[in-house]
Amino acid sequence: LAVDVSAVPAGPSTRRARLRLSAALWRRPWLKAVGLLSPPLAAFLLVYVGALVVLFISSFWTVDSFTGKLVHHWTLSNYRQILDTGEPYLRIAARTIGIAAAVTVTDAILAFPLGYFMARIAGGRVRALLFVMVLLPLWASYLVRIYAWRTMLAHDGAINWTLNGLGLPDQNIADTNWAMWIVFSYVWLPFMVLPVYAALERIPDSYIEASADMGARAFRRFRTIILPLALPGVIAGSIFTFSLTLGDYITPRLVGGPSSSFIGNVVYSFIGINANIPFAAAFAVIPVVIMGVYLTVARRMGAFEAL
Amino acid sequence: METRGARIGLTLWTILVILFLWVPLVVIVLYAFNSSTIQSWPIPSWTFHWFTVTWHDPDARSAFELSLKVGAVTTAIALVLGSMAAFAIARFRFFGRESVSFLLILPIALPGIITGMALNSFYVFAGLSLSWWTIVIGHATFCVVVVYNNVLARLRRTSGSLLEASMDLGADGWQTFRFVTWPVLSTALVAGGLLAFALSFDEVIVTTFTAGAQVTLPIFILDNLERGQQLPVINVVAFVVIVLTVIPVLFAQRLMRDTGILRRGAAAAVTSK
Repeated sequence: LAVDVSAVPAGPSTRRARLRLSAALWRRPWLKAVGLLSPPLAAFLLVYVGALVVLFISSFWTVDSFTGKLVHHWTLSNYRQILDTGEPYLRIAARTIGIAAAVTVTDAILAFPLGYFMARIAGGRVRALLFVMVLLPLWASYLVRIYAWRTMLAHDGAINWTLNGLGLPDQNIADTNWAMWIVFSYVWLPFMVLPVYAALERIPDSYIEASADMGARAFRRFRTIILPLALPGVIAGSIFTFSLTLGDYITPRLVGGPSSSFIGNVVYSFIGINANIPFAAAFAVIPVVIMGVYLTVARRMGAFEAL
Repeated sequence: METRGARIGLTLWTILVILFLWVPLVVIVLYAFNSSTIQSWPIPSWTFHWFTVTWHDPDARSAFELSLKVGAVTTAIALVLGSMAAFAIARFRFFGRESVSFLLILPIALPGIITGMALNSFYVFAGLSLSWWTIVIGHATFCVVVVYNNVLARLRRTSGSLLEASMDLGADGWQTFRFVTWPVLSTALVAGGLLAFALSFDEVIVTTFTAGAQVTLPIFILDNLERGQQLPVINVVAFVVIVLTVIPVLFAQRLMRDTGILRRGAAAAVTSK
């Protein structure tokens, strides 16, 4: 049979010991589970979760402006500064959240018909081809894709060349919020297509046939059967598009122009140049809280099964 | 089920969205062959010159080597930790089992700046100075989940009774692993490893928080893009990065597509008789 025992060059005594060990582990599955799980969990809890907790705690500390040292004294001053309307931070947070929402809606609109075509119209080969054509751009270097748009949106780039060819005037989209909207929508689109496609593919044909038999027309079938059943897929995709936009700071730097800071840009600058980790941590709490609420709602709506 | 009009509309929409996804990639790949140092469109004339220049560029080369090194070590760590966690979750029922998945997914579900910042403050807190190892730790944190997902998916499709049968036939734990578990898992591990490598090779946000003076390939691209320097070299690097991330993903895709491992195993057992 498949198990070739003779291939194991082990004496009878070591072999007996190994069998006894295997049997002992088999009888005490918890021992095996602990052994398997503790290295990855310990690494995660120590490095990652521990760091998140320290970060959160440090958001209630301050930095001595004179010495640049951390002051371990509980205060809400970082949060007060963020919420102060005289400071730019609320506006930056609003810009970040607004663009993240716009990108999510755009991607849902772009992805849904494509997912529908892949799941319910395309045949096996076309479907496999489309799947690869959506998957590859997802992996083809994020930075390079942003760079591609930077060259295309430039004044003498491919977009203006195309517009001129169609007899339209030049557009100066480069270094604007519009550019960020386009680039973010482009970069995260595959993250929306894949779960939407998976959700649509899971809808049994018989549901749609049954509703047609009972006299529902195309629009009604779409609204009462397809849309509700595909919604978890859309929400699953929106977790990615929203969260990834919320935490990005590279796209604003490369295509957003001077007055396009995101939460991430501020956080980055306070870690690096200005070295005020407590303030950076406090500002970073905003996307974490938003994503916490978002994930909780998404879980309620069954989006985790569609991931 | 759909009307003719709906079908035509959906087909058109699909073509447009696929074009939207691919045109920028094609454009940037073409720029690698642009003879001019100015990035205008259409490309005036074509050359392979910049490939030679890039090949001899010491900065591009060392960035490339560092990215390969970081990617390889990250992949190794992710493979070990990811499959251990996947085994524990697939084979055992225990309190808090659901939260393990949630915990592992956290580094990619939370915005990249959070992961980067958390790791950065961990290093400061622990007194670790930034080196290529801190980049590896950062990358491993979010690559574990990729391997974990692939291995878990494969284990869920594999019946646990195979292991019991092997033990009943007198195999010990090692033999069971070597002759039953490994053949079932190997392609899932390779696929997970390739995806982890591609993810690490391309990562920039977490890297900016966890790298000291080290320059990975994405950091090299970012630095030069911001300063607007060496764009022809960057074009070639972009070309290479696209190729190097796409090929592993294509392989991984192929490996995970065959779900008939058990059937293939059964067929082999029958023919060997």
